[in-house]
Amino acid sequence: MTSVLVPDSPSPAPAAVRTRRRRGSSTLARAARTRRGAIGLALVGIVVAIAVIGPFVAPYSPTAFVTSPFAAPSGSTLLGGDVLGRDVLSRVLAGGWLLLVMASAATVFGVVVGAAAGISAAYLRGSTDGLIMRSVDVILAFPSLVFVLLLVSIVGPKLWLITIAVGFVQAPPVARVLRSATLDLSERDYVKAVELQGMRPAKVMSSELLPNLVSPLMVELGLRLTYSIVIMAGLAFLGFGQPPPAPNWGYMIQENRIGLSSNPWAVIVPAALISVLTVGANTFTDAIARVVIGVERQGDDATLASTLGLGNLP
Amino acid sequence: MTAVDAPPSTSVEVEDLQIRLAGGADVVDEVSFRVRPGEILGLVGESGSGKTTVALALLGYARRGLRITGGHIRVGGRDLVGLGEGELRAVRGAEVAYVPQDPAAALNPTLRIGHQMREALAAHPDAADDPEARIAQVLVDARLDLDSGILRKYPHQLSGGQQQRVAIAMAFACRSSVIVLDEPTTGLDVSTQRHVLETVRNLCRSYGVAAVYVSHDLAVVSGLVSQVAVMYAGRVIELGPTERVFADPVHPYTQGLLAAVPTPERAETLIGVPGHPPRPGHRPSGCSFAPRCPYAEDRCRAQNPPPVQVDGRLVRCVRASQTAGATPRGGQVVAPPAVRTETLLQVHGLDARYGRFAVLRHVDLRVAPETCTAVVGESGSGKTTLARCIVGLHANWSGQMRFEGTDLAPGARRRDKEVLERIQYVFQNPYTSLNPRKTIRQIVAQPLAHFRALGARETDERVVTALGEVSLGADFADRYPDQLSGGERQRVAIARALVVEPTLLVCDEVTSALDVSVQAVIVELLRRLQHERHLTMLFITHNLALVRSIAQEAVVLCDGRVVESGPVEEIMERPADPYTVRLIQDVPKLAHRVGAGSGGASPWSP
Repeated sequence: MTSVLVPDSPSPAPAAVRTRRRRGSSTLARAARTRRGAIGLALVGIVVAIAVIGPFVAPYSPTAFVTSPFAAPSGSTLLGGDVLGRDVLSRVLAGGWLLLVMASAATVFGVVVGAAAGISAAYLRGSTDGLIMRSVDVILAFPSLVFVLLLVSIVGPKLWLITIAVGFVQAPPVARVLRSATLDLSERDYVKAVELQGMRPAKVMSSELLPNLVSPLMVELGLRLTYSIVIMAGLAFLGFGQPPPAPNWGYMIQENRIGLSSNPWAVIVPAALISVLTVGANTFTDAIARVVIGVERQGDDATLASTLGLGNLP
Repeated sequence: MTAVDAPPSTSVEVEDLQIRLAGGADVVDEVSFRVRPGEILGLVGESGSGKTTVALALLGYARRGLRITGGHIRVGGRDLVGLGEGELRAVRGAEVAYVPQDPAAALNPTLRIGHQMREALAAHPDAADDPEARIAQVLVDARLDLDSGILRKYPHQLSGGQQQRVAIAMAFACRSSVIVLDEPTTGLDVSTQRHVLETVRNLCRSYGVAAVYVSHDLAVVSGLVSQVAVMYAGRVIELGPTERVFADPVHPYTQGLLAAVPTPERAETLIGVPGHPPRPGHRPSGCSFAPRCPYAEDRCRAQNPPPVQVDGRLVRCVRASQTAGATPRGGQVVAPPAVRTETLLQVHGLDARYGRFAVLRHVDLRVAPETCTAVVGESGSGKTTLARCIVGLHANWSGQMRFEGTDLAPGARRRDKEVLERIQYVFQNPYTSLNPRKTIRQIVAQPLAHFRALGARETDERVVTALGEVSLGADFADRYPDQLSGGERQRVAIARALVVEPTLLVCDEVTSALDVSVQAVIVELLRRLQHERHLTMLFITHNLALVRSIAQEAVVLCDGRVVESGPVEEIMERPADPYTVRLIQDVPKLAHRVGAGSGGASPWSP
């Protein structure tokens, strides 16, 4: 008798192996290569470049009085003057970075908290699940802007508080999405395999589940960034941002709207930048989501049968 | 087997079919065959051979990313290649019908069976004068009981076998002249499978339908079809009458596939076909099978062999005339180790529940050290639940389980680390049991890190050793699971279980997701490892034919009860319980067994 065991010939893919190391970044790269993703990235890139480089190239100090209130654009002030006669261009260039930093920080905070809550709820089940998800429902019951305003009016308009508050209202929807994604994953056999070793739940979640949730996390990050920017700008418009002399796109819309007829640029330009940023972030996120779905969607029997005119699926 | 009363015309004729990926790589090429009314053609091959692609092309359909780029598919004299979507829709269902692999996915879960049947007929108003009468008739033809109110039921209220019968009835409802069946019995129990196969055979014969039956299981096909086309890497490499091809295969690949089929009749070693088929775009020049072929010569690699007529069939092999009669057979399994009287695992009066539903009732089981015990049963018999209770995945049970003299607690969380280490589990589906985001090295090292906490170098050495034991080279260590074939993945899962040197290895249907040719390799691997490492093994399976090749003891489960247990030889030769008798009878066997003559000298068994 012979026991037959011939090793499989090595799969013919070593070259492909090398190029496919980091999957998370490859999803981003693939998204960026789509038309949709490239447009989104370009839009975000323009606004980020203005916000980051802006403070260094501004012609005047953002708080200096260089012209008359609501002066029309001229050779020295390309976008005219604002409500107090400061240079609109300089204020636009200087007023973006803090908004971006705060929105990004809030987004990261919100997604981290939300993901931790959602993954724990789904994996631990039982009373943990109930407690987390009912808290989520309660927070979701408040309109997010009202919730943030409530917090800020109690403690005062501190920048760190605004950041945390905006992040906090982002967490519940993230928790919901991550919970449903985790519910599916936690029944997979590879999770059972490590449970059979008696691995601690925290380790199962961080080392087995989290790497498989990178795709939904990236989509959520992009989506939540969009919302954070909008809420941040809205808060600034209402006066909850840096204290007045400092430039801020959101507050610029508020303080300059009375001069809309004499110098509309003081309102249009910051508003447009906020719009371009949110549209860009959203478009890129959409591209990521499409790449992720495209990767995971395979033709199943149901779609096949309906295409063949045999089934009767919608 | 050809229906005598059928007209001699051809129902479906495929000529030089070529299907390519959007990128240009050929998926299917030079495929030609014809099927007459009342005849069934078996389209067999490993996964990835292109058999399903060809089957779908018969409906004028190509999956996303594929295009039919050449050849002809004539159904009733009309060429489907080049027809528009609208014309194809008229053909599909009416002239060519399709039975999918998984009826649960193809039936709409929210619509009643009657509704779905009527819709299928409504799409082709000309097909029947009286739709209700036609529906009643096809359901009866498919051996479904009309009086049970089946038309008012939803798909989830039916068993898997009934769902597949409904799908078959739907396919026959429009009286199409051609039916394509895509592995319709793969998910079914052996008994159900046998009945479904009989139904298909009777329907095809009585209505003169030409059928194409796609399957990776040669034993299933052998008793059903009149012609068989063996596919490899997108080409038909052997095509001929079933008796000829199965009794005396000519192509080395056909020989290999046949040798891999386990038989319940003898305890013999299984011989798999080593390696795996090349993917589209990576196919070698010359004969695609040459890299795996034990007879390969230089001229095989030089050019693609044209089909030649040998002994009443077409074969694509340059050595066609020389290889005939060289089919390998496995040797007799060497005398199984004497059954020992000690006990490693003792299960006594085990009752297991899912919620309030009892799955196992008073199950007793004794496993002797260093033996392999098979647990056999159909789906729903509770065999997987038994395995999950033993390893600690299922905690809702009462009764007693003793392992090495100590009681096993229900659930892995309540067990000592030492016990968890000594009982290892291999999951059924290698496609879900490996974390897709981890490298093979990380996957195999993981239990070592958890149980042993060794240094980095020693961990690495052990990982490479473990991979070597399952015949995977060290170069696999840095790959991800999705770069591996199903067989390779299952080897990784076995390596992960063995790397911590367990006493008891529980294998839960480890080959049911794999091709027959790969199954043979995995079973041989397990047998060798069990023997070399003095492992105790619990081998859960629905496939009785495998039991004889690997196990010494067997336990037959039916509806959560043990109906029979004892030495394998005893159970297979003299089954006492009627359930066991039926199970053994229903196992699909190769109808045309190859003579077990030339085993020893065969190049398949080095």
